[in-house]
Amino acid sequence: MNFSELFKLSGLLGRFSPDGKCLASCVQYRLVVRDVNSLQILQLYTCLDQIQYIEWSSDSLFILCAMYKRGIVQRDPAPVLHGHRLSSFLTSLVWSLEQPDWHCKIDEGSAGLVASCWSPDGRHILNTTEFHLRITVWSLCIKSISYIKYPKACQQGLAFTKDGRYMAVAERRDCKDFVSIFVCSDWQLLRHFDTETQDLVGIEWAPNGCVLAVWDTCLEYKILLYSLDGRLLSTYRAYEWSLGVKSVAWSPSSQFLAIGSYGEKVRILNHITWKKITEFEHPATIANTKTIVYKEVEKSPSVETERLSFPPTRALASSLFSTQSKYDISQVPVSLQYVKPVADRANPKMGIGMMAFSPDNCFLATKNDNIPNAVWIWDVQKLKLFVVLEQLCAIQSFQWDPRQPRLAVCTGNNKVYLWSPAGCVSVQVPVEGDFQIVSLSWHSSGDSIVLLSKDNFCVCYLEREEVK
Amino acid sequence: MGDWKTITVPVLSSDSKSIFQYTSEKKISYPSMNSQVLCLPLPSSKSMHSFYSAFCTEENIEQSISYLNRELTTLGFPSIYAESKGKELNLISIINCMNELLVLQHKNLRAQEEVEMQHLKLGSDMDHLQNCYTKLKEQLESSKREIVGLQERDRQLQSKNRNLHQLLKNEKDEVQKLQNIISSRATQYNHDMKRKEREYNKLKERLHQLVMNKKDKKITMEVLNYVGRADGKRSAWRTDKTDARNEEEMYKVLLSDYEQRQKQLLMENAELKKVLQQMKKEIISLLPPQKQKPKERSEDGPVLSDLEEDIGELKENMWELSCETVREQLTNSIRKQWRMLKNHVEKLDNQVSRVHSGALDEKDVISREDHELETEKLELEIQQCKEMIKTQQQLLQQQLMSPCDDDTTLLLQDCYLLEERERLQEEWRLFREQKKNFEKERRSFTEAAIRLGLERKAFEEDRGAWLKQQFLSMSTDYKHSENVTTPSAFLGSSDQDNRLVKSTSQRKPHCMLSGPVSAEPCQTSRSSAASKKPAADSKPNQWVESDKEEAE
Repeated sequence: MNFSELFKLSGLLGRFSPDGKCLASCVQYRLVVRDVNSLQILQLYTCLDQIQYIEWSSDSLFILCAMYKRGIVQRDPAPVLHGHRLSSFLTSLVWSLEQPDWHCKIDEGSAGLVASCWSPDGRHILNTTEFHLRITVWSLCIKSISYIKYPKACQQGLAFTKDGRYMAVAERRDCKDFVSIFVCSDWQLLRHFDTETQDLVGIEWAPNGCVLAVWDTCLEYKILLYSLDGRLLSTYRAYEWSLGVKSVAWSPSSQFLAIGSYGEKVRILNHITWKKITEFEHPATIANTKTIVYKEVEKSPSVETERLSFPPTRALASSLFSTQSKYDISQVPVSLQYVKPVADRANPKMGIGMMAFSPDNCFLATKNDNIPNAVWIWDVQKLKLFVVLEQLCAIQSFQWDPRQPRLAVCTGNNKVYLWSPAGCVSVQVPVEGDFQIVSLSWHSSGDSIVLLSKDNFCVCYLEREEVK
Repeated sequence: MGDWKTITVPVLSSDSKSIFQYTSEKKISYPSMNSQVLCLPLPSSKSMHSFYSAFCTEENIEQSISYLNRELTTLGFPSIYAESKGKELNLISIINCMNELLVLQHKNLRAQEEVEMQHLKLGSDMDHLQNCYTKLKEQLESSKREIVGLQERDRQLQSKNRNLHQLLKNEKDEVQKLQNIISSRATQYNHDMKRKEREYNKLKERLHQLVMNKKDKKITMEVLNYVGRADGKRSAWRTDKTDARNEEEMYKVLLSDYEQRQKQLLMENAELKKVLQQMKKEIISLLPPQKQKPKERSEDGPVLSDLEEDIGELKENMWELSCETVREQLTNSIRKQWRMLKNHVEKLDNQVSRVHSGALDEKDVISREDHELETEKLELEIQQCKEMIKTQQQLLQQQLMSPCDDDTTLLLQDCYLLEERERLQEEWRLFREQKKNFEKERRSFTEAAIRLGLERKAFEEDRGAWLKQQFLSMSTDYKHSENVTTPSAFLGSSDQDNRLVKSTSQRKPHCMLSGPVSAEPCQTSRSSAASKKPAADSKPNQWVESDKEEAE
């Protein structure tokens, strides 16, 4: 396992290009594009303002940078600066070389901007104005603008199918929730239907693009499943009068829909009857002897077993200032650190906040916000708890390797943790200074991970043989 | 009674006539009070003795003798006077009377003892029963107490239960109330939300108008040059055609998805069918001996074979068909096979439980094939037997069809039966008679044995009495005493006869207690005793003994 040196970063904006050749990162108002392997700067763009959001187009030819102006609301006529700078840059194509200074700037004017994203074809940009007045669809090919009115201000109100053909938009009109399905190729409305929700919060397409999951506000446990043509396939309610759905995740095969709730449970629905198959509880005490519990323990720095291939001086320095850690297998029953949520506050820190299926459908990783230090990995084939990773710090983020069942976890310290069915490792990033990893993102090949902290990022290279 | 006599006698000495009347009155009551007299304790006889010495003095000897005579005659004894009117005493009769009285006394004493024994027994029984009674009473008391305790407990539990029910009800009410509150709050919240949202929408509309309507020059897109589409095509105009095409494509997507799903399901089905088929095959291969047996039991042969064929056909074709058409058959056949397998396994379990060692198991395995052969053989036999039975039944029916022949045979049979019955009854009668005879003989034997025992006892008593008498009357003649003793023995025997009359009513009463005691009846009794062999055997011995004693 190799690590790059640290590079500057702001706003946690570091992204691999979809084709896996480039890495874009932002430092204040500069956008830096590097080669993934050499990390040499390929392009450097300067924006007008601090970049708040970047996104690669699906064909990796363009990058979108969003600059939502903040805090300038004093004067009404004051022109609010909203910029989108689109830049094509060198990849492998000649025409990119031909047009290194191509750019496009979109200004939403006084309507303001709160969100921006690419359409799946990489030739349209969808901008959501402030107060969710409308969504503007800008085309890069022709001079045409489409508007989508009444978009709903919610957690996840916009969803594209995986094949990029259709887009679902949550809408709110006359105090009722609607879903509109658009054809992405010409932004025509295909279906428009109302949903039986009190206050729709999120929508998500199944990976096969034929079923849309719609979930209601957390005050009510309600999941609705709609077909592409607008038919209601099924409704699922686990209980009433209690905080409901917190997170939803489709399995890559579209066979399962995992619903994480505030009740600290994950319920899994099947795709044929849309009934519950099983329920995963997340208790603070793990008693099943078949569950493996990996517990992270700190190693004293005096015991030095250096196996990492980087300059020893740096390693020495880092090992002097930070403690190393390793995993122990705990003997069940194990009681995990449990945080009692504050009952009288909104958005209590409880329930299943993060869920992710492994790309091969075999595992489901979850995090219960009441037990912030643990990652639960469930065996989907056996529908049982397989592994629990008990970390020393609270889990910040985890992500599955897109190629194999391998989970990368970060906990806000300078270590990256990897789990695979073979075992579990904790690797300290051998860098000088403070490097608190709060987010990470896999390269599409599964060979490297970009580790992001508040001010820096580095790339971690994995050798296939090593981890296998 | 003894006390009463001591009181009465002095009166009697002073004035005889009044006494007689008095005593005669008493005499009348005497037999009725017999039992009380019998109860007299032995020590009282001493006082009696002293009283006797006072009873007769030089002066009133005549009177006392006449008194005694009268008393005795009234009691049924012969007069103690030699002649009816004379004053001469018949010593023999006196002695006889005395002897009789003594015998009576003995008898009474014995009876008294028995009664006392009985009394004791009854007393102990009574005690026992009283104990039992007290015990039972205690038990009753304790159980009553227990019942009361249990009732109390029951009551407490019931009250507790009631309380709990009340609590539950309260809790339920509370829950209901809270739910109502929640729901009312939810509706209120929704209402408020709607109101707020309406306001918000109004504001939004207004804002929209303000922001969008006046042509905001800032809403612009600066682009260096338009780029081509990713697919290289130009975007088409929006027409109805595109709408239709979109719809079509959407349905295509859906269709393809459903097709894919169907394919998956088909694959899954095929795999499951394969597994099913394999399992079926394996079950069938496991179950060749078992298969035939239950079928035989449950159904007839031809139907079965049909089924078999059906199953066989199914095996070939079924897997290609859709499930609906063959579902029933399939499930039925599988159920059947499963049942067979279950039976088989149960049987095997039984066998295993019976036979523990592995060697025996092996034997079992070997013998199974033998079993098959055996069962086949047995089945054949059963078949043959059935056929036999059928043919027999048919023959019988044919016989029944020809009625005249049948009647005659029946009659004949009846005659035979009657004859036999009569013969048997006769034999039975004979047997009964024999049995009766045997019974009689046995009874007579037992009676004789009992009588012998009693006679021996009486003889002993007599001897004792005789010795006593000898002792008492030292002055009397030797010859007289000899004459007296012999009849006394007879008397004893007659007495025993009386007893036997009492105990066994079947015997003819030839001698009564109240009847006059004479030599004749005694002799008859002796002769009757002599007629029975065992008695005759023992009696001479006794006589010999007594003779010897007398000789001594």
